[in-house]
Amino acid sequence: MRRRRGGLAALVPGLWLALFFAFPFLLVAKLSLSHTALAMPPYAPQLDLAAGWPGLVETVRGFDLATYRRLIDDPLYLKAFASSLGLAGAATGLLLLIGYPIAYGVTRFRPATRRLLILAIALPFWTSSLIRIYAWIAILKPAGLLNKALGLLGLPALNILNTNAAVLLGLVYAYLPFMVLPLYAVLDRQDAALLEAAQDLGASPRQVFWRVTFPLSLPGAAAGALLCFIPMVGEFVIPDLLGGSGTLMLGRTIWTEFFANRDWPTASAVALVMLAALLIPILLVQRHARVAP
Amino acid sequence: MSRGPTLFNRVSVALGLVFLYAPIVLLVVYSFNDGRLATVWAGASLRWYRALLNDAQMLDAVWVSLRVGVLAASLATVLGALAAVALTRGGRFRGRLGFSAMVYAPLVMPEVILGLSLLLLFVALDLPRGFWTVVLSHATVTLCYAAVVIGARLSSFDWTLEDAARDLGRRPLGAFLAVTLPNIAPAVGAAWMLAFALSLDDLVIASFASGPGATTLPMRLYSQVRLGVNPEINAVSSLIIGGVGAAVAAAWLLQSRRTAPTRPSLRLRAPGPSCARSPRS
Repeated sequence: MRRRRGGLAALVPGLWLALFFAFPFLLVAKLSLSHTALAMPPYAPQLDLAAGWPGLVETVRGFDLATYRRLIDDPLYLKAFASSLGLAGAATGLLLLIGYPIAYGVTRFRPATRRLLILAIALPFWTSSLIRIYAWIAILKPAGLLNKALGLLGLPALNILNTNAAVLLGLVYAYLPFMVLPLYAVLDRQDAALLEAAQDLGASPRQVFWRVTFPLSLPGAAAGALLCFIPMVGEFVIPDLLGGSGTLMLGRTIWTEFFANRDWPTASAVALVMLAALLIPILLVQRHARVAP
Repeated sequence: MSRGPTLFNRVSVALGLVFLYAPIVLLVVYSFNDGRLATVWAGASLRWYRALLNDAQMLDAVWVSLRVGVLAASLATVLGALAAVALTRGGRFRGRLGFSAMVYAPLVMPEVILGLSLLLLFVALDLPRGFWTVVLSHATVTLCYAAVVIGARLSSFDWTLEDAARDLGRRPLGAFLAVTLPNIAPAVGAAWMLAFALSLDDLVIASFASGPGATTLPMRLYSQVRLGVNPEINAVSSLIIGGVGAAVAAAWLLQSRRTAPTRPSLRLRAPGPSCARSPRS
């Protein structure tokens, strides 16, 4: 009885997600094997359902790997791939360094204060990243607020807008809540009895932290790192607004191929390659994330 | 046990909050700037908010975004609640692994990929892109967040209550509506508001899924932002941040409202001011 009802409740959302989430990936795969054409939609071959089986065969014959070959031959795509992984990796490292003391600090406050602090940290995550990144442009631009403040202090001006440094700053800024929340969740659930036991056995507060608290919080660090790294690799808004023309990131490459160059097959191929690279981290997340224990 | 925050703890939390909020505060402050330059202070005024009222394109985009948000959030909440019930209560039904993968994967999937694949679907189905395709896309992505929020509440719900209602003669759906739903109502409300906030904020997916005639607020903002910083953008942005902030804070209040323990015996032992307010059937 229970079993059947569970399946029943899954039916509608399952069909919905199969149609709107899973099935479209087949279309992306098909399109990545096609080539561009001056038509609408701008690719060939088209699947002509009216032609039946011969039509399908015709379509499959039209497929080739030319798009993928171009991804390998053109250094632009390899560079975008490498710099996406590099920037996302560097930002993840910085986020761990910055996020950990914040998450740990919050756990030391009284429960009522803790809840408020967590709300304050989570709130920016829900507000538009477009707007929050836009706010940084006014700060970082040459005559912006940062340089005014530096000028008042008699320090030399800093021009980092439209560089990778600004992209890194934007990534860390936009994803900080993503890192702090899973870390906090793990640190907050830690069994106080363990810490007391360590202390009773003569460990100094420093030893308690490094030998008990820190190792036990590593799953939270891993969850936070995955939650940040995966979407950062495909990030579009941040490199587009804060990066320069030389900032290549995969999300931006897909966007440009699609909207500016109208090269749908290439956009699809880049998306699929990125997805393949992210599949293992995504599976790890799925194993960690469980609605119910 | 030394539990209180040390100086280091206080400083790291304070610096973290300053880092998170300073750009937002500056953005809001400069939206009241009288000057045309977004970073040169020229006295306070509501000039840019008034300019906003005359910007028909911007107002149109706000209206599109609000309608998309309401429809998408409503769809997402219903679908997400069903998904959460299936995952917490469904046991080991067939296809569970694939189902949970589809529920969780969109949470981390880069938006560009989601947008591209949805667009290709609409092209393949020959659906004209516009208002409704954005609604469908946003519902798909936000239903996963709704499922997580509602699932968190369901996993602590005492299902024997629903069983009791069914033993007393309610049909399964009736028992769910009469007993379970009122108990998880705060989480359902929270899920709706979070889905609404996400829909209101989204640029990337909407840009792929939309067509001529359906420009959402973030799409409109993006095309302006590319032209440079301008105080009118600060004004719209401040309004959005205020609105979304209020929605999320309300969602948080709903969600963190202490649940009355669902077992009657426990309820007697733990009376509190919050128990009186808790929804109960």
